[in-house]
Amino acid sequence: MMDGALSGLKVLDLTHYIAGPFCTKFFSDFGADVLKIERPGSGDGSRRVGPFLHDEPHHEKSALFLFLNTNKKSITLNLKTETGVNIIKELVKEADVLVESFRPGVMESLGLGYDVLEKINPSLIMTSISSFGQTGPYRDYKATDMIEYALSGLMYVIGDYDKEPLRQGGTPAQFCTGETAAISTFMALNYQQDTGGGDHLDISVLDSMIAPQFTALTPYIFSGGVMRRQPKVGGKFNGNNAMATQNGYVIPVVMGNMEWSLFALSVGLLDELDNDKFSTPAARIENSAELDEILLRQFKDKTKEELFHETQSFGSAFGVVMSSEDLVNCPHLNERGFFVEVDHPATGPLTYPGAPFKLSDSPWSAGRAPLLGEHNRDIYIDKLGYSPEDLVRFSEAGII
Amino acid sequence: MAKKLPLEGIRVLDASIIYAGPYAGMLLASMGAEVIKIEAIQRPDQMRGAGLGLGVPDNKPEGNFWNQSAVLNATNRNKKDLTLDLTNPKGIDLFKELVKVSDVVLQNFTPRVMKNFGLGYEVLSSLNPSLIMLSSCGYGATGPYSDYRAMGMSMEGAIGLLYLTGYQDGPPVRARVAFTDFQAARYNTLAILIALQNRRRTGRGQHIDMAQYECGTWWVGPAILDYTMNGRVQERTGNRHPFMAPHGCYRCQGSDNWVTIAAGNDEEWNSLCETMEQPTLADDPRFADSLSRLKHQDELDTIINEWTSQRDQNEVMNLLQSKGVAAGAVLNAKGVLSDPHLKARNMWERVTHLPEATNVGTRIFPRMPWVSKNIDFPPSAPAPTLGQHNREVLQGILGLTDDQIKELEEEAIIGTVPPNAAPPRVAPVELMKEQGLIEEFDPNYMEVLGLK
Repeated sequence: MMDGALSGLKVLDLTHYIAGPFCTKFFSDFGADVLKIERPGSGDGSRRVGPFLHDEPHHEKSALFLFLNTNKKSITLNLKTETGVNIIKELVKEADVLVESFRPGVMESLGLGYDVLEKINPSLIMTSISSFGQTGPYRDYKATDMIEYALSGLMYVIGDYDKEPLRQGGTPAQFCTGETAAISTFMALNYQQDTGGGDHLDISVLDSMIAPQFTALTPYIFSGGVMRRQPKVGGKFNGNNAMATQNGYVIPVVMGNMEWSLFALSVGLLDELDNDKFSTPAARIENSAELDEILLRQFKDKTKEELFHETQSFGSAFGVVMSSEDLVNCPHLNERGFFVEVDHPATGPLTYPGAPFKLSDSPWSAGRAPLLGEHNRDIYIDKLGYSPEDLVRFSEAGII
Repeated sequence: MAKKLPLEGIRVLDASIIYAGPYAGMLLASMGAEVIKIEAIQRPDQMRGAGLGLGVPDNKPEGNFWNQSAVLNATNRNKKDLTLDLTNPKGIDLFKELVKVSDVVLQNFTPRVMKNFGLGYEVLSSLNPSLIMLSSCGYGATGPYSDYRAMGMSMEGAIGLLYLTGYQDGPPVRARVAFTDFQAARYNTLAILIALQNRRRTGRGQHIDMAQYECGTWWVGPAILDYTMNGRVQERTGNRHPFMAPHGCYRCQGSDNWVTIAAGNDEEWNSLCETMEQPTLADDPRFADSLSRLKHQDELDTIINEWTSQRDQNEVMNLLQSKGVAAGAVLNAKGVLSDPHLKARNMWERVTHLPEATNVGTRIFPRMPWVSKNIDFPPSAPAPTLGQHNREVLQGILGLTDDQIKELEEEAIIGTVPPNAAPPRVAPVELMKEQGLIEEFDPNYMEVLGLK
């Protein structure tokens, strides 16, 4: 592997599903040595979650797993055995970081709580990721992404005014948490590198959602105001909503400092829109139904791409609602070389999203996700010194 | 030598505006970095003028209104503030002097702006080869859209998330909050922390080209792979889940109260039926297994809605969770700020502002998103007022004399008061209620927040 920004860092990865593996992806993709510990037989639960290549359920063909686990190594290990626990303790000795995403209390019950591990390696950074955190009355509550959205206050402000609140598509709460956990872990690594001290970080999905989510909270904190979903009045345009075009949706944005007449010009409606009926925000709310009608009539004969480029040439900040297909075919992303081809024994070469940011001096590595237990021999025999016969016995005993 | 905070000794020049840069700067500052926010009195961070729906104390801009903004004060805790007019050569020179003794420059202008100032990476790295410079913008520093403008609401569409958000068979539905900016802020922070790790090892700085457009699409990575694997374009599914049913948002007692409920397997489904006191439902063939429940979700949702609509949202959540079923109340701002779990986890930090931030006084904000066992973080300092640290930075770090400071003030290269600025326009509370921008106005909010 090329020399990445994080070369030399050793991460022990006891996570599964989304938030935890996403956290360690920020380490493995930038060159750290990330060793994923998976349950013998089935592995990380995300291996069972679709979509799968050609819709064929197979533990090496899950898009979710393949995306989240690039550049990692995998060994299988049963943590509910004494040997399993001892092997983790052995690996902890040399690890800089351990990330885990079991329910709170599980690591302790396995005999792998922070109090035990810090005695083995006092400078270990242990990052624990959970739905609601290691403390507090909801600690043991169950969650899905939607439930985290609900409790974070974000869901209450997404959706139509009179309909039920909406979550956002996919699993953004999990992704947000993976990012937050990675940030926190890098932070603690600086502490470790300067002081030799270790740390235990408690990262929760709910905290991660709320900490940066003050734009819905500050109106209450400063003035007692409670925000709800899309404003009752003001139409699509004034609600900053997506508006339909010939082939999809655009988000018409009037920049704060953009003259209304320039906006009218940029959408080719100078005559219709540059008048008292629409020139101030208040007037636009007053006449929002008519404004929506004029804009939608104009947009329906244009493609979203046409509108995007035409309005941007006037200095506007119009947005386009991009589907996965649009993204993969986007000329801008392709010219920047964003997408990468990743080959994998079970799927063959496939196109993946590439580096999230470009570092001028550190290469980013487009490696693949590991097969379940692919590195058992490397780790157990070459690194830990077990014999091939030991591995057979481990396998028979359900340990690996 | 032991040091107290993780980024102690790291100096960051934060010339960023709005949220995506400033929130990253705040995370670094909260980790112990010395983060100097750089604004110009002629062009302060736009968020200083944000009256945005009740965004100044009691919706009344007064006195030093440029120091009153809720979102600015929330996003810039623990920083210092230096004003520098970068359109003036003297301002540029001072910026360059600071670059020589800094570790990181963080900025989120469009690519041509820093170049126009003569402050591109080539110039700055020649002054300080170990400098890490982050350039963050909507579409990145290269490529056909690199000069395109972006705002949070347009990025929401660009990154592919909005396409997946909305009621089933309906149009995409935007969030009313700027979450893509904070997403970008996390990537900005990660990029800087990763570059700092690299610098520790190699001694070298580098430039980071951050396009929100690119990092944002990581959130739809699996959907992108579904397309590249199977040619399938994933669509909007409301609150529904690919394999869990029920999975939805249900009406509760009250005018706009809701609860979310999810059952992932037979055991949770049986538990839900039992809790709703409808044990026969569990035997209903329409709902016999996961697949049949997925196929009969409309009927399921009707039954659950009937049960929840008679009940309080928190009661439903706590009851179901006690029976092992995932549920969560849909909290509004007041609900979030009063939630017992978040209070028990010390989610809210009290910050007392300077008198120069007229009427802000003591407020609460969400704390940083981590809980650390061993690192001794001090309580957050308030966001700086405009130009609060002009002297501290220019004299303490660059050694300028009193006379030089005075000269800079006279030439309006530094200052503490924006010239000719008008207080932000705020809509009257009654109008905001009428238009549904604000659902309700709670006159007792200071008591609710424990601030009075």
